[in-house]
Amino acid sequence: MNIHEYQAKELLRKFNVPVLYGKAVFTPEDAGGVAYSEFEQRGAKVIVVKSQIHAGGRGKGYVQDSKGNNIELFGKELRGVTVVKADEYGNIAHKAYLLAKNTLGNKLVTIQTGDAGKIVHRMFIEEGASIEKEYYCSILLDRSNSQNLIMVSTEGGVEIEKVAEETPEKIIKVHVDPAVGMQGYIARELAFGLGLSGAAFKSFVDFIQKLYNAYEQMDCSMLEVNPMVCTTDEKFIALDAKVNFDDNALYRHPDYAALADIDEEDPLEHEAGKYNLNYIKLDGNVGCMVNGAGLAMATMDIIQLAGGSPANFLDVGGGANVERIANAFRIMTSDPNVRAVLINIFGGIVRCDRVANGILQALQKVDVTVPLIVRLEGTNSAEARDILKKSGLNFLLAKSLDDAANAVTKALAA
Amino acid sequence: MSVLCNKKTKLIVQGITGSEGTFHTSQMLAYGTNVVGGVTPGKGGTMYGCKGEDTFTKQVPVFNSVADAVTKTGANATCIFVPASMAADAILEAINAGVELIVCITEGIPVKDMTVVWSALSRSNSRLIGPNCPGLLTPGECKIGIMPGFIAAPGNVGIVSRSGTLTYEACQQLTDVGLGQSTCIGIGGDPIIGTRFTDAIKLFNEDPDTHAIIMIGEIGGTAEEEAAEFVKQHVKKPVIGFIAGRTAPPGRRMGHAGAIISGGKGTAAAKVEAMKAAGIHVVDSPAHMGVTVAKALGVKTAPPKKDTVKPAPAKPTTAKAAPAKPVKKAPAKKK
Repeated sequence: MNIHEYQAKELLRKFNVPVLYGKAVFTPEDAGGVAYSEFEQRGAKVIVVKSQIHAGGRGKGYVQDSKGNNIELFGKELRGVTVVKADEYGNIAHKAYLLAKNTLGNKLVTIQTGDAGKIVHRMFIEEGASIEKEYYCSILLDRSNSQNLIMVSTEGGVEIEKVAEETPEKIIKVHVDPAVGMQGYIARELAFGLGLSGAAFKSFVDFIQKLYNAYEQMDCSMLEVNPMVCTTDEKFIALDAKVNFDDNALYRHPDYAALADIDEEDPLEHEAGKYNLNYIKLDGNVGCMVNGAGLAMATMDIIQLAGGSPANFLDVGGGANVERIANAFRIMTSDPNVRAVLINIFGGIVRCDRVANGILQALQKVDVTVPLIVRLEGTNSAEARDILKKSGLNFLLAKSLDDAANAVTKALAA
Repeated sequence: MSVLCNKKTKLIVQGITGSEGTFHTSQMLAYGTNVVGGVTPGKGGTMYGCKGEDTFTKQVPVFNSVADAVTKTGANATCIFVPASMAADAILEAINAGVELIVCITEGIPVKDMTVVWSALSRSNSRLIGPNCPGLLTPGECKIGIMPGFIAAPGNVGIVSRSGTLTYEACQQLTDVGLGQSTCIGIGGDPIIGTRFTDAIKLFNEDPDTHAIIMIGEIGGTAEEEAAEFVKQHVKKPVIGFIAGRTAPPGRRMGHAGAIISGGKGTAAAKVEAMKAAGIHVVDSPAHMGVTVAKALGVKTAPPKKDTVKPAPAKPTTAKAAPAKPVKKAPAKKK
């Protein structure tokens, strides 16, 4: 599960991780009002107005209108993040209003969103900071040794993947053994690695221990602060924050549900979520319904080998109940790109004849107009094929995975 | 002719009185697995053998703790069907009791809990299979977990897989070309698992009765690449591989918590490349796993069967139980 920067910072503040003062806004009027009452009136000379989307690269991304043209404001192209000072274009509050007016409802295209971009629905206004130097910091699970890994670098504010490729020696990595936990020596090792001394050293050691505590307490699978900055008065602050929660641990944090942003989700995926269907929308033309995550991915691969492209990932799990199958059909086929549907069920513990009956009953509830390719293998598969044949409905029945692939090719050619 | 489990394995089931635990224990007993007892805290001292439609072939004793069960039954393996919020605790209890083989079926254990489990595991002599896995199957001898017994037949091909249903697919294809399996190992789809590809392949490599190995990987992590390196250095037996998820987009979790391409890592392309470089026969289509093994072993393939109702697995002479009866219930794992 992903959340916005402003939400991440609110959570970090609860764990005493230093962040700047800021406020989320949802309308241009809101932006102007907050910029005035919370910042300008209190003497702020600089604020930062940041678009909130679930993707990185915002500062270098462009805001575009519905035709895909970059929007210009204050004499230059409008980016996802803008530092605002009073000048000939107006005072801080007025400029914040104009920024929000030109950004909200438009799409922001960054290196991570692709050309499609993401519509901006929320913005975050934050006080400015006097920055001495930008650093990189992240905590995540290192799967190769099953421990959490802390990574820091003097190369902050840039793409860390690039640093890892070009100058890997500039990334300092330290693992945390859960039996030992986060200790002062770990923090010091990182601080020395960054070449820190004096007050900055002390501030970082404190910062990183608080950040690790937040990572653990919040059940994150990743926590990235890029940039983490050292101010001119030698204090470390999380200037940005990207948080991924471990989905398996969400049951321990019922409050996170309120942080979900429906605007960031695909509408069909959101709908599927209501029925506990494990569905991911893709942009291909063949829908698929499979039991088991591995077989579902393999089925997507087969669709591609057959000359199609998968329209979705869908793991219906072990149960073959009619409601589930009917909902899956409805969601899959409401994607207008879908030209054929492949059902691939391997009946291990579940019986194929039950699945076949489930499919027939589901088809009475949902109207499916595209070709249906069905492959039921495993327990009682022969009986299942009989049931489908006798139904009088027009199924393309496949026995092996190869048959299924050929049937997909045929259906797409028709 | 197997690894990890066989006729001699003495198994206990943690969470035996829950609905999943009950159903699958009945299946394991029916397959012939030597289930010697179960653990449900608070129900120790009772005998247990049925719930609803699920009836065991024999009643088994229930204990309050794993340590108790091990002392009284001499169990050397445990299978865990405990819900995700308590599963890490169950694994740690089994490690503490010194159980040699721990198979955890449970899906959805928080990563934080698993880092602690891993830490304890690395300081112990226990081996963990899973979590979030279908378990182990040594055809005709022993089934630990939820794999459908009927798909497998005794033989000489080892299967190791991150995915349950793809394991069944591989079994079926092998049977279709007339090849049986030494042991099927479902290692699980989570980011932290107890036994990785390399560990499983090492076992198969050392087993004289395993003549070829199928490894079924998927996107996410670098375990397949590490295994490829091991194969390159140490394995002379033919290894056949498949990687699921070539068409998966980056940044999305494809069902399994571990199946995610992040930061450019864990792509199918990188895995396939590493495996090919190690001399592994990588198939592009999951439909070709069985025939590729047959080809690698120089076995003439049996003509494809017309009907898919599988014959019962060949019974070893000493087996007392028939293969699983038609089942009455879906295997929906605890979420």
